[in-house]
Amino acid sequence: MAKIHVTTTINGDPTEFLCDPAESMLDALRGPLGLTGAKEGCGTGDCGACSITVDGRLVCSCLMLAAEAEGHEIATIEGMAQGEKLHPLQQKFLELAALQCGICTPGVLVAAKSLLERNPDPSETEVRYWLAGNLCRCTGYDKIVRAVMETAAEMREAAR
Amino acid sequence: MNDQSNKWIGKRTIRPDGVDKVTGRACYAADNSMPGMIWAKVLRSPHPHAKIRSINTAKAEALPGVKAVATAKDFVEFPIDTAVPLGIQDMRWMARNMLAHERVLFHGHPVAAVAATTAEIAAEACKLIEVDYEVLPWAVEIDDAIAPDATPLFDHIQFEGKPSNIAGKLEHKKGDIDAGFAEADVIIERSFTTRPVHQGYIEPHACTVSVAADGSTTIWSSSQGQFMVRAMTAYLTGIPQSDIRAIPAEIGGGFGGKTIVYLEPVATILSRKSGRPVKMVMSREEVMRATGPTSGAKMTVRIGAKKDGTLVAGHGIFYLQAGCFPGSPIRGAAGCSFTPYAIPNVLSTGYDVVCNRSKVAAYRAPGAPIGAYGVECVLDEVAQAIGMDPLEMRLKNIAHDGTKAVHGPVFQSIGFAQTIEAALKSEHYKTKLTGKFQGRGVANGWWFNAGGESSAQVNITEDGNVVVTTGHPDIGGSRASIANITAELLGIDYDRVSVLIGDTATIGFSNLTGGSRVLFASAMVVTESTEKVIEQLKQRAAKIWGIDASAVVWENGEARPSGEHTGNFPTMTLAELGAKANETGGPIGAGSQQNTTGAECGFATHICDVEVDVDLGTVTILRYTCVQDVGKAIHPAYVEGQMQGGVAQGIGWALNEEYIYDKQGRVDNPSFLDYRMPVCSDLPMLDTIMVEIPNPKHPQGVRGVGEAPLVPGPAAVCNAVSNALGIRFHDLPLSPPRIVAAIDANMKQAAE
Repeated sequence: MAKIHVTTTINGDPTEFLCDPAESMLDALRGPLGLTGAKEGCGTGDCGACSITVDGRLVCSCLMLAAEAEGHEIATIEGMAQGEKLHPLQQKFLELAALQCGICTPGVLVAAKSLLERNPDPSETEVRYWLAGNLCRCTGYDKIVRAVMETAAEMREAAR
Repeated sequence: MNDQSNKWIGKRTIRPDGVDKVTGRACYAADNSMPGMIWAKVLRSPHPHAKIRSINTAKAEALPGVKAVATAKDFVEFPIDTAVPLGIQDMRWMARNMLAHERVLFHGHPVAAVAATTAEIAAEACKLIEVDYEVLPWAVEIDDAIAPDATPLFDHIQFEGKPSNIAGKLEHKKGDIDAGFAEADVIIERSFTTRPVHQGYIEPHACTVSVAADGSTTIWSSSQGQFMVRAMTAYLTGIPQSDIRAIPAEIGGGFGGKTIVYLEPVATILSRKSGRPVKMVMSREEVMRATGPTSGAKMTVRIGAKKDGTLVAGHGIFYLQAGCFPGSPIRGAAGCSFTPYAIPNVLSTGYDVVCNRSKVAAYRAPGAPIGAYGVECVLDEVAQAIGMDPLEMRLKNIAHDGTKAVHGPVFQSIGFAQTIEAALKSEHYKTKLTGKFQGRGVANGWWFNAGGESSAQVNITEDGNVVVTTGHPDIGGSRASIANITAELLGIDYDRVSVLIGDTATIGFSNLTGGSRVLFASAMVVTESTEKVIEQLKQRAAKIWGIDASAVVWENGEARPSGEHTGNFPTMTLAELGAKANETGGPIGAGSQQNTTGAECGFATHICDVEVDVDLGTVTILRYTCVQDVGKAIHPAYVEGQMQGGVAQGIGWALNEEYIYDKQGRVDNPSFLDYRMPVCSDLPMLDTIMVEIPNPKHPQGVRGVGEAPLVPGPAAVCNAVSNALGIRFHDLPLSPPRIVAAIDANMKQAAE
């Protein structure tokens, strides 16, 4: 079957690629686009390891067709740090040891950033429900939730 | 080691591999690609049990794009009745688990594999393989597998003189249980079941393998041991270990489940046949159907106690599902469950039962949470029957230094009593629960902890920094702890130490990342290597100063003349000595290879508060505290992380996780949607209390911490739910339907 030509923006960069009609956005990212930060833990939208944002909206890239990226703004974990400067969430995850094996970490960070963009002052319950779509088998979530809450507090302070 | 002087040990440093892992740069197994790479897929059995009469791969081979097809015939043949041990595994089973030989033994059992230019073509070709099966009766549950009319999975396995699916028995005995129970004022006997649960690592198994024309083989894969991958691939393919280089990718969780191979030998043969690098990645469904899990079990536990709470006898009978090949963790179930207690009379027996499920793999303290579940739930009832606080009763009976464990060893330097005392003193335990349908449960857990083989190399760079190489995949932050130790010993800044995980060609043999052994063992070889390096540094300084090396001390990252030479020469830093390495004798570096011993056991006490919604049957974890003897916490944040992660897995095991089979013997919930692991909104913050009783047999006092925190979890949660409802539960998981049914049955009984 003929490939589809897609014109999109990924992490701010104008990007073109070809994909199969049935190809997922996750496979396009990890394959031809060489962005392997998003992970496939399940392929069915249950684990959140493949989280990206599309026009600022949090999605599981395994559930999105690559062709659907046409004309939209895609953001992945690779675009989260500004050069050598880590996003405050990334820095806080390191400081609090909010990762162990690290496979879920890109998805958790993308999701947490998306939360703080909508809600800069989330309660613990709000953090827990927002991240309920991101499975982590290592940490028991304790340090992840703390890292998100602490980052939110510091970002609020910095914005004052 | 003097705690006061520690600059890095005990500090919450930022892990050396951290930035790569928060920016998406870290390379996990499925992230690797190679030029010219092709993809392989596996054909799996549609039956839970069948003889393979024939396999015809001709149509698959003819499909355009297909480059190679493999079946069991392409691998080393191991006779089914002759053991081929490798560690705790048996390669005749590993071979048959990887690709079925005489029979398929579970739904999803690999039968053949195809490599093609795309994954889609490989999958299409799998459908063209014709397999002629003779379907056999099957059994997935223990009772069905050991029933007199059950079809044996193996013709050669016998139990008590008859063909059987009981493949093994293990017995631990101490004292005389009949005499013990005769002394008891209270005897409680209960039977329990637990369901198989999966390790649940988020990263599916994956590998890329390239076999060159001369046979030299390179494997990139995610595992809990690159040397295990090398050895098993060598066994199963016949390629010498020296021709295989196994490179460890970052590993996305294992919990024991990645201590064996599924894909690497298959990809190796397909690569050799096709002449192309071959990549294989399992789907989540394949992971759930055909890897792990740990055993489901049934058990009967009887415990006798005096009125004052003294335990006098314990008897446990544990049947564990091995899946389709022998080797369930009966040692963990029968061997760990009574071990924390100084009970004079114990008989603990485990039975290894094969059935038509996927072969079990290790899962975090394999078997121990199962045995502890039975024993700790009965202990709870014993305490209730004699009117004693359940923790106080446990403390009264706890093993101390010098207590002989039921499986043989005499305990030394253990912190069991201190751990329980810390739990008793905790603010959590002192705070009473007041709400309706709320309950508290406690439980203890014990695990062996392992030592074993490890290697390390410590090199000083020309600019005076340090590169440490070890041989253990870093599954939860071990690089950070190794850097803490090296920086401490050398007296330099943490940031000057790089820690790498070597591949099988670049570092000496190192056993698995498993058995809670990695930091224990790698700290020993890193310490010895670093001490050798410090000796070299002193010699280099002595040479420059023209004095004897014995007159040089190493302090705060510098060589300093001592004794009669004190103050005669300016101190020399690591950077200065590194820069002068060439003129003082060449490269500075040292290695160590040891078969480490002295890994003292792990012990944990858990306190769990729950609230039950009696209409919905849901259980909310209100509060959870994990108290554990952690030896010395080299990096406290990652020790806490191990404890919290273990707790979460125990909660999952207790409340929701289970394999569900349909009437055709197929796993009915092979997805993260239907196999319900704890999500973020299921849990509260998980409190930890680290009790530090340093291991005297270790240079830094390290004790393994990874596995013990899973062991008490299922029992602690079950005891809490029982306490909340006044109904005893004996079967896991405590899922909503089971809780609602128990409440209904209880009400019906009360009404009658």
